[in-house]
Amino acid sequence: MKYCNVTIDGVKINVPDDMMILDAAKQAGIIVPTLCHLKGISATGACRVCIVETGGGKVQTACSFPVAEGMMVKTNTPKIREMRKTILEMIIANHNAECTTCVRSQSCELQSLAMIYGIEDSHFKKKFNQEPVDMSSATIVRDQSKCILCGRCVSVCNGVQNIGALGFIGRSIDMHVGLAYEHQLSESTCINCGQCIVNCPVGALKERDYLSEVQLALDDPTFTVVVQTAPAVRAALGEVFGLPMGTPVTGKMVASLKRLGFDYVFDTDFAADVCIMEEGTELLNRIRAGAHLPMITSCSPGWVKYAETFYPELLPHMSSCKSPQNMMGALLKSHFAEIKGIDPAKMIVVSVMPCTAKKFEVERQELEVDGIRDVDFSITTRELGRLIKKAGIDFKYLNDEKFDDFYGDSTGAAVIFGATGGVMEAALRTVADIINGNDLKEIEYTVVRGIQGVKEAKVQVTPDFTAKIAVAHGGKNMHFVMDKLAKGELSDYHFIELMACPGGCVNGGGQPIVDAKAKMHIDLRVERAKALYHEDSNILHYRKSHHNPSVMKLYETYLDAPNSHKAHHLLHTSYQRRD
Amino acid sequence: MKFITANFDQYDGKDIQAYIGLDGFSGLKKAIEMGPLATIEEVKESGLQGRGGAEYPTGRKIEQARIEKAERKFVICNADEGEPGTFKDRELIKKDIYQLIEGMIIVAYCANANEGVIYCREEYDWMHEHICTSILKCKEMGYLGDNILDTGFSFEISLFSGAGSYVCGEGFAMCESMEGKSGRPRSKPPYVKQEGYLNYPTLVINVETLSAITAIMKFGTSNFTDLGTPDCPGTKVISISGKVNKPGVYEVPFGKTLEEIIALAEGVKGDKRIGFVQIGGASGGILPESALKTQFTYRELKSKQVSVGSGAIVVADEDDNILDYLENVGQFFIHESCGKCVPCREGNRQLEILLGKFKHKTATIDDVKMYKDILDMMSEASLCGSGRTEPVPFKTAFTYFEDAFALGGSHEIL
Amino acid sequence: MVETRVIDGILGAYQNDAVNLLQILLKVQSVEPKNYVSEEVAMYVANHLDIPISRVYEVVTYFAALSHKPQGKHVIQICNTTVCQLNGFNEVLKWFKDALKINPGETTADGLFSMKLTPCIGACDISPAIKIGTNVYGNLTKEKVEEILSELRGAIS
Repeated sequence: MKYCNVTIDGVKINVPDDMMILDAAKQAGIIVPTLCHLKGISATGACRVCIVETGGGKVQTACSFPVAEGMMVKTNTPKIREMRKTILEMIIANHNAECTTCVRSQSCELQSLAMIYGIEDSHFKKKFNQEPVDMSSATIVRDQSKCILCGRCVSVCNGVQNIGALGFIGRSIDMHVGLAYEHQLSESTCINCGQCIVNCPVGALKERDYLSEVQLALDDPTFTVVVQTAPAVRAALGEVFGLPMGTPVTGKMVASLKRLGFDYVFDTDFAADVCIMEEGTELLNRIRAGAHLPMITSCSPGWVKYAETFYPELLPHMSSCKSPQNMMGALLKSHFAEIKGIDPAKMIVVSVMPCTAKKFEVERQELEVDGIRDVDFSITTRELGRLIKKAGIDFKYLNDEKFDDFYGDSTGAAVIFGATGGVMEAALRTVADIINGNDLKEIEYTVVRGIQGVKEAKVQVTPDFTAKIAVAHGGKNMHFVMDKLAKGELSDYHFIELMACPGGCVNGGGQPIVDAKAKMHIDLRVERAKALYHEDSNILHYRKSHHNPSVMKLYETYLDAPNSHKAHHLLHTSYQRRD
Repeated sequence: MKFITANFDQYDGKDIQAYIGLDGFSGLKKAIEMGPLATIEEVKESGLQGRGGAEYPTGRKIEQARIEKAERKFVICNADEGEPGTFKDRELIKKDIYQLIEGMIIVAYCANANEGVIYCREEYDWMHEHICTSILKCKEMGYLGDNILDTGFSFEISLFSGAGSYVCGEGFAMCESMEGKSGRPRSKPPYVKQEGYLNYPTLVINVETLSAITAIMKFGTSNFTDLGTPDCPGTKVISISGKVNKPGVYEVPFGKTLEEIIALAEGVKGDKRIGFVQIGGASGGILPESALKTQFTYRELKSKQVSVGSGAIVVADEDDNILDYLENVGQFFIHESCGKCVPCREGNRQLEILLGKFKHKTATIDDVKMYKDILDMMSEASLCGSGRTEPVPFKTAFTYFEDAFALGGSHEIL
Repeated sequence: MVETRVIDGILGAYQNDAVNLLQILLKVQSVEPKNYVSEEVAMYVANHLDIPISRVYEVVTYFAALSHKPQGKHVIQICNTTVCQLNGFNEVLKWFKDALKINPGETTADGLFSMKLTPCIGACDISPAIKIGTNVYGNLTKEKVEEILSELRGAIS
């Protein structure tokens, strides 16, 4: 790689010659404003906010223009300041700036730039998209009046997730982001992953909010309201309250949920352990029978809809296991309700998920058990943050509390479900023990960890059995794997883990918003995953699902055995073609 | 004066034998004789600059294309003539397409490119068959295909139809549309010449430029440079339209005054005076009658904030309202902006509002500042060349017709 | 929808390659009696080229020559750009509006004519000009407009 000398605002630096001015400026300690830029995903140069002067008064966009030897960059000249301000004012004129009632207030990148540039009011005539808000989807709400046409959602939906539900439509002042033939979101191929939301700089995309429904349930004394929290939530909820990324806040989260008035607070991790028992057994059965291999995980509802939409002919490869969220709900409304003597009809199960697709999953009729929904409301990490704030709970200063002990035990295997490769590793820990008939000491399958898009490995389980496995996360990587599977290239594989969101659930569409600037120098997929692996290796006593005493007790006293008739009735499901 | 248009009406524009009878393909033969490097020098010597509006020195452009190393290399003939008031490429295709094809072959030979595309605007769909037939005839005669004239050089041309988008005249937007996407320009670098169509090196050249190359090779560089002025040699094919008695395509040597050129179209209809003229297309400058003594050269026009552009001259008479005209230009840009970058999309939207205020005499000093801020911002910060030149008519009109931009409520003139 | 074998033929002529999407759509639209790319057709094309339908729709809505809504058998494109504006576009528009009783963007009840405003069609030397199908008509007068319309009507009956 060649290096070159560049001067940015008088600061001399030596950087690789293929580096964009934007990144070089960062090294020189200068933050150039951006809106449409998303590191590694989108550098279209559309918003023009990052303009700088590159010598001779030439104006270039820092996000898309590379440095060159001897380049003299000026990022803060009167001309640049003036033009950036005009550009921002124009964007604001085209934006429904109802900041006080916007869910993205204070996490809005446009609002923050407007403040930095001292824009008190746009001089330009306001003219923004008047299309009604698209509320058709159970998961994602689209408000075009706030869309600034930066194209980040389009880049993510197409380039990263490979879904192509969202696209640009029309041109010039009629240009907008939408679905083909102006359909609503619910009528499209959208898999509900919510990656468009976490990458939107403004409030044009947000989750469907179920907080008022949850609050109503909490306020109604005739209901027993039970909450469960997914593993990835604890790795990110602290960010909502200003804690550094990757701070595990399990204890504070439980404490706040109890203060909010939930009657029982459980960890979805418990169900994740159950899930491993069911899925592991299913896998062993399939391996013994040699049928429908490789088996593919089914915990990620974004992935499930992806499979149903794009690869319906491969649905037999899907594990029939419900996701941990729904296993937990099904157990709460059967086993738990029975023992506690609660009428399931009078029980409300709320789940807190890092995920928007979970909102769609809870509405799936095929998941119901005898006409009863497993989970009533699924809310995101962001919604929980708002609920806690609204209740006036001073989150940072809460003392840690523990999950309710009925399903109180969980394992390291379950907590790592939140990161890509986690389900695979958890399954391997259990399956290897079962096949070998003993308690193996080597339990860290680091080969499936990390953010590489597609991870493939051969794992020697016994001297005569080597499992071929693959792990992929994010739509594009899922597509890569599924394409191979469709072509018959993976027929000797045993088990595949697929997660719809890049990095797995830690980077789910329901997680706290991290702005594009912060994402330039931290990889939140890595940082948040650290919190989970820390719990696995340093905090939790048990690290294998089949060691979870509560799980063992559940099977002994209620379910009989994994994949038993009762387990199937409660914990397994089927899929439908959506092509 | 006929140099590039020498063959006009000398044959029916279709009969390849007739074209050959007019010394057709002698330019190509000469280029082959001289070899690519000498031919490129010849084109450089001629001082030919891009005639579509970008004004980039053609010889240098071909030389740069030659240097690019790649598995595939494309020469695209830009026949997406979309500047309002421009129809000279239409005539060059209709009346002498073989000269154009010959130019493409010469350029491809020099640049070592084997694939050519004529990107013709959809509005000229009535000529598409003519283009395809002519390509076939060239192929039958061995001027296209494998081993052209025993040189070992191979070159094929196909037709690509645009679909109604002005911006697709811009190199990257053109490539995007050819790749089956909406025609939105990409950020540079890399440039079209490095990673254009299908990410291969691509040379995009205007119809007139290609036709001129053939004529230069045929008649000789010195015969070209003898025309025009020392700093602006050669001729330009000009489209004159608007309120003139004889609108049409005229080839003129550089250096004539605007007045002389307009006189070719036999004066203004109804014996009226000229109100204003727009030079070079929708994004060309607007000049008052008093500026018509200006010489038509790149440098002289530039001194008046105007450029040659596509070589269109639209004439309005004394009764035509400059603000109505600007509003119409603005509507054109609003219709045609690709929408990708903020300056062009939002700038045009806001300009329309401001022009309305000037028209209704309700503009304030703030509005004038906004008008200027938008234009400055658009011309420096837009993503593509189209966005960067759109402000020209608005800026020049403001310079030369300040009375029209009077503030509201008073007769105060800025 | 036009017969699928017709679309298959067009797709085949363009190697079933999404790179050729724009040319495919122009051709597909030209064989559609209503001069447009319907959702059904767009879906068919998208599936065969293995691209999301959103990309087809993006292209259809981006280019002025493509339409996502049904149009009349004859689409009358009236140039409204500078030169035609100077040379009487407003009158031309009025003549067509009076004759067809529709506004730009609309289609006559009998489905025969659609009218739309179009930027410069490169016929400024015969301005005011219009384009219908592949025919360009210039130096328009009221009589000429009536002639054109009756000719097109006659060609149908």
